[in-house]
Amino acid sequence: MNHPLHRLNKAFDSRIRLGLVAALAARSAMDFKELKDLLQLTDGNLASHLKPLEKEGFIEVEKSFIDRKPNTRYRLTAAGRAALQEHIAALEQLIALQKDLNAKG
Amino acid sequence: MNEQDYRADLAAIRSIMERSVKFASLSGWSGVLAGLYASVGAWYAYTQLNYNPQKIHETVPVAELLGLGAAVLVISLGTAVMLSMKKAAKNNSSIWNATSQRLLADMGVPLVVSGLLLLFFIKNALGGLVLPVSLLGYGLALYNAGAYTFREIRVLGILQILLGLLSLLVLPWSLGLWVLGFGGLHIVFGLYLHLRYER
Repeated sequence: MNHPLHRLNKAFDSRIRLGLVAALAARSAMDFKELKDLLQLTDGNLASHLKPLEKEGFIEVEKSFIDRKPNTRYRLTAAGRAALQEHIAALEQLIALQKDLNAKG
Repeated sequence: MNEQDYRADLAAIRSIMERSVKFASLSGWSGVLAGLYASVGAWYAYTQLNYNPQKIHETVPVAELLGLGAAVLVISLGTAVMLSMKKAAKNNSSIWNATSQRLLADMGVPLVVSGLLLLFFIKNALGGLVLPVSLLGYGLALYNAGAYTFREIRVLGILQILLGLLSLLVLPWSLGLWVLGFGGLHIVFGLYLHLRYER
């Protein structure tokens, strides 16, 4: 069996990217400003973390205009949801493993 | 990474998911409508029930006033729940979750205590205290609610508390200050929340 350490997703090494995916997992879609407020990031910082998630195919972007102002909404893809679930499962297993080790040690 | 880090990651995921959902639930329109209901209620009390307290010791038209207050409260709450459910459904979430349960509990305590105080005041002919204390109790409830929903709600709570304290000092203005708080501020904050978060 694969050790759970190898099942932690590299894309989620950053707490911010993990947070972005978690936020989108709880909602159908969120726009740039909502994400920025929720995670308290600057425009540039948020954009730089969204890009790799988009490249991985974990989030999808939809651009539209509301009252002639551009609005960008982000949505978690099925792949992104699966990756988050896998990552959470791996974290839980790692905690359980270490608990066992501590009990024996 | 060690166990601490894994736990911290899991805690971060959980907290962000909860905060992300809480932004979805409250509807700005319910604030606007609650403000309108309260203004109509106050207008009815003033014109039809001759209710306009000037001093602390005052008898009030008990049954009519309680009925009117209960009606405004039920219609406002009903509107808020209905619009929030609609908004939650649109965001694929539910209004009945861990966050909303804590929100209701934290709002409930100051609301129930101040409600009982109001009954005591009415029973003991202290009608002049009804409006200030309803502003204070509601303001405290909103201040608590601000921890679980939009930060602006906390500011709204503080403003209601200030109006409540002010109306104790100038009782003859208390009905006007009550309309400013329950009517005006609801409408202004409701519109603001709608424009800021719902477009």
